[in-house]
Amino acid sequence: MNIIVLVKQVPDTETRIKVQPGTTDIVREGISYLLNPYDEFAVEEALKIKEAKGGEVVVITMGEARTEEAVRTALAMGADKARRLDGAEFLGADSYATAAALAKAIQGESYDLILCGKQAVDDDSVQVGILVAAMLGIPCVNMVTKLEVADGSVKATREIEGGTETIEAPTPCVITAQKGLNEPRYPSLPGIMKAKKKELKAVSLGDLGLAADQVGAAGSKTEISELTMPAERAAGKVFEGEPADIVPKVVRMLRDEAKVI
Amino acid sequence: MANVWVIAEVKEGKLKKVALEMLSKGKELASQVGGALEGVLVGSGVEGLASEMAKYGASKVYVADDAALAEYNGEAYANIIGKLVEEQKPGVILIGASINGKDLAPRLSAKLGAGLASDVVELGADGGKLTVKRPIYAGKAFASIKFKTDIQIATVRPNVNPVAAPNDGASAEVVKISADAGAVKAKIVDKQLSAGGKIELTEANIIVSGGRGMKGPENYKMLEDLADVIGAAVGASRAAVDAGWRAHHDQVGQTGKTVSPTLYIAFGISGAIQHLAGMSSSKFIVAVNKDAEAPIFKVADYGIVADLFTVAPIMTDEFKKLLAE
Ligand SMILES: Cc1cc2nc3c(=O)[nH]c(=O)nc-3n(C[C@H](O)[C@H](O)[C@H](O)COP(=O)(O)OP(=O)(O)OC[C@H]3O[C@@H](n4cnc5c(N)ncnc54)[C@H](O)[C@@H]3O)c2cc1C
Ligand SMILES: Nc1ncnc2c1ncn2[C@@H]1O[C@H](COP(=O)(O)O)[C@@H](O)[C@H]1O
Repeated sequence: MNIIVLVKQVPDTETRIKVQPGTTDIVREGISYLLNPYDEFAVEEALKIKEAKGGEVVVITMGEARTEEAVRTALAMGADKARRLDGAEFLGADSYATAAALAKAIQGESYDLILCGKQAVDDDSVQVGILVAAMLGIPCVNMVTKLEVADGSVKATREIEGGTETIEAPTPCVITAQKGLNEPRYPSLPGIMKAKKKELKAVSLGDLGLAADQVGAAGSKTEISELTMPAERAAGKVFEGEPADIVPKVVRMLRDEAKVI
Repeated sequence: MANVWVIAEVKEGKLKKVALEMLSKGKELASQVGGALEGVLVGSGVEGLASEMAKYGASKVYVADDAALAEYNGEAYANIIGKLVEEQKPGVILIGASINGKDLAPRLSAKLGAGLASDVVELGADGGKLTVKRPIYAGKAFASIKFKTDIQIATVRPNVNPVAAPNDGASAEVVKISADAGAVKAKIVDKQLSAGGKIELTEANIIVSGGRGMKGPENYKMLEDLADVIGAAVGASRAAVDAGWRAHHDQVGQTGKTVSPTLYIAFGISGAIQHLAGMSSSKFIVAVNKDAEAPIFKVADYGIVADLFTVAPIMTDEFKKLLAE
């Protein structure tokens, strides 16, 4: 069973985000980057399936050179080889243009299953997996917390409001990983050493056979016109003392002053 | 003419509150972009809800009503709505940013080649086109988004747009549309619903949340009692989830749910940056922590420096008294 995992590099969740004045980007200096946490679940699930059924795990990312670090993490966890869509044309993509490029890259591979994160924790779009599936004309099960793989189909349990549902879909299909799917392994030291020698191929726009206006900022259906910071929260009131005295007061203030109850 | 559409999600025979919020906002948008406000209902036994949508401003409601559509299926719903959009060509499509809404919207975006902005918190218009604002990095920053396509789709975060007063006299033209879902490959084979009508965190008006300071799973009963009294949903920090005290879907934060309730009450949560990212857009924040230096107090409107095990029961009793007045 050959599996493709889509991975993205994102700023460490510890990062204090600042907007780069006069631009639509954040301040990049000093940021450390990680493999998107949801993509770790996707990689882990792919490796578990491979361990049970054999086959190959190929990770694909689209991004500038630094994003190879995230790909190396996936390789160090145990993925077999990697592709990076490389070139200035790919940059500035919204979810649609990202998915268009990734879908085209996937078409060049042999695959039975595609795994990705449900969400990249930088743009928080929750779109790319579903878009890729639709562009490839295959089904997608979104926000999956349990996956069983059979011959020619999968059973995926996904979160819904107030519970879960199990969906059966034929393969190939796209599964987006939600927290709870598994516990991602840490790359081992030998894993990290081996990863350095694994194939990581740069794929250009020409390799994909796409035009420059189909990808990146030019191929996007939306554009960011401005980035802003959230309004600062004003300093609040602090209550110290005997709970029996202060809690009744706070509760009344929630109604009479804050008017939130 | 660029009409504004609201795709209404139905839960237990009722329109979700976010549908009313979107209609209320959509009415304003429709006048700004020079179109009409229209609704779409897909489901089973949903036709009667069209009159409800009319009260909030929809002049026309398209209805696909069929027993086979009782449960949301992304492919089926996208096939039906996608076909309708291709025929009617609305300018703006608003969908609630619920679990199903976030599943449906990208399917429509792909089908229609339409731009999509997720989880928007502000909607406006500029030169006849939709403009939106949405949180990125879980709310550590906001992006203003413009669309390059004629059809513009947004999923709208619940609880950020007020519901307008209904006009009980208003009515809408009801247009029945084909309920033919076309070819559907992924099928629901099982459903497991947890007992009790739990309030979904991202849609809750009030959230009571507990962290590592709760000390163990058994103590969440205290928070559930409080939540029952004030009609709140119960959330948790990642520390509590990772300890196995609470379910994964209860986690609030950058790798959990981003929430913006009217009131968020945090018990025994220190306020790590990933947690704050997920909840600091709440309208009002109360924090209970015995450590006066805890970072959560930097975002709290009311901070109670005390032992949560003493505070929580008193708070429950006081709310009971207050609400009985
Ligand atoms: C990649 C990544 C993603 C993450 N995503 C998230 C996320 O989405 N959501 C999230 O929440 N975290 C997330 N975290 C974890 C985050 O960094 C913190 O570790 C976590 O939020 C801490 O949870 P806590 O506040 O419950 O626990 P702690 O930091 O241990 O705080 C417990 C608090 O309880 C107080 N306390 C203890 N006993 C009492 C008592 N009796 N009465 C009153 N107060 C008491 C203490 O003073 C303390 O402030 C993430 C971390 C990483 C690395
Ligand atoms: N540039 C990218 N390269 C590879 N995979 C991506 C990229 N962007 C998003 N993805 C995948 O799509 C998922 C959802 O991302 P998003 O829709 O941006 O929230 C991520 O978890 C990744 O698995």
